Amino acid sequence: MTGKQRIVIKGVKDGLVFLLDDRCEMDELLAELNDKLERSHQKLLTGPLVHVRLKLGNRRLTEADRERLIDVIRRRGNLIIRSIEAAPDPEEQPAGAGTLHVVSGVIRSGQTVEREGHLLLLGDVNPGGTVCCTGDIYIMGALRGTAHAGCRGDAGAVIAAALMRPTQLRIADIISRPPEEWVSDDAQMEFAYLEDGRMRIDKISRLNRFRKDPIVFKGV
Amino acid sequence: MGEAIVVTSGKGGVGKTTTSANLGTALALQGKKVCMVDTDIGLRNLDVVMGLENRIIYDIIDVAEGRCRLAQALVKDKRFDELYMLPAAQTKDKHDIEPDQVKRIIDDLKRDFDYVVIDCPAGIEQGFRNAVAGADAAIVVTTPENAAVRDADRVIGLLEQQRIPARLIINRIRPNMVKSGEMLDVDEIVQVLAIDLLGIVPDDERVIKAANTGEPTVLDPSSRAAIAYRNIARRVLGEKVPLMQLEDKTGMMQRLRKFFGMG
Repeated sequence: MTGKQRIVIKGVKDGLVFLLDDRCEMDELLAELNDKLERSHQKLLTGPLVHVRLKLGNRRLTEADRERLIDVIRRRGNLIIRSIEAAPDPEEQPAGAGTLHVVSGVIRSGQTVEREGHLLLLGDVNPGGTVCCTGDIYIMGALRGTAHAGCRGDAGAVIAAALMRPTQLRIADIISRPPEEWVSDDAQMEFAYLEDGRMRIDKISRLNRFRKDPIVFKGV
Repeated sequence: MGEAIVVTSGKGGVGKTTTSANLGTALALQGKKVCMVDTDIGLRNLDVVMGLENRIIYDIIDVAEGRCRLAQALVKDKRFDELYMLPAAQTKDKHDIEPDQVKRIIDDLKRDFDYVVIDCPAGIEQGFRNAVAGADAAIVVTTPENAAVRDADRVIGLLEQQRIPARLIINRIRPNMVKSGEMLDVDEIVQVLAIDLLGIVPDDERVIKAANTGEPTVLDPSSRAAIAYRNIARRVLGEKVPLMQLEDKTGMMQRLRKFFGMG
């Protein structure tokens, strides 16, 4: 047996939690699970009914592997599987992501607007006001306060404003304070984005280059 | 039924009490029946600015707690027959009265007066909530400083939540400093705060002197600030009065140059 354990069994208030390693081969994992249940932990695992939760970490199970895993546990009559949990997939979008929320009004000092997805604000953000969302922020007005785009870590999010005079800009976990880090001359129709972990500012007309969206317009 | 207007600002020292005193007096000058209410409990000074300190017998807390009738607590002004003041208590604090109690008092006053001008304490806590409780409209006072504009913005946000329409007074403007770019200008402030401008008041030393002698500035027609407050009162009454020109008196040559488009 190798030094590192692939399966850790923990007792919790309402049963047992199996922490399963998420990097080894599935076969190795099942073999060790079988070994633990049949031999090393046999004493612990016989007796009254016990609820079990399986934590898979980042492993994604196929339907067949899932069946095999359940099978191994079921062989011990006293173990009842309560749940099989995996860490949330960062690729998967939470509910609300990708939707565009339209908000109108002036976000004044002390006020905060938070949304899942993208935010289109028809109005200003004043100093002391905050807008925060998981996607992009588009402001048809003056941004004078704080804006945080991609607040769950999306470094590809952008902040666009008709007048870009922010107190502070945040994209993902990068924080930038103008004018120490960047200055813009007229501040009109600009957007902020991250490049190599640094905040950059450019004209909105160049946004599609950053996005690499193909421009397809019908016309003559 | 009269209208209750709260004068507020968030930040202290921007001229709420001065504005309340002058607006109240200016409305009385226009022949309106006015009552000024000081809600700065524990730190009252509207009475000092009005020169009525020595006439106070009862205060707003006495009214709220039923120790006297509302009419007994009102202090009549020494200059105008139809100008009254309801003083704040000096020995209590903001938590000794509730917004509901203030609202009831303001509603009673509105029955007898054309205008009820409420002087709000600095801050956004209980004192502020008391002051805005009975108000139909608000006047937000700011000075051309970033800190004051920030606080005004915060207060406007709170007033919007309570659905109280607010208008702006920019106080203590120094035209020379605005001209040289050292002071925020009126347009900049109005752009940020995004509410209607009710008036601008130039910085005037006579305001300080007037406050110390207990004679509201507005009574001295040679003062520029007095004209500004009179204009504000007329706008409150619904008249259209153009904004005052802030340029200092210019020499003949300068005026000529300006005339020929060289200034």
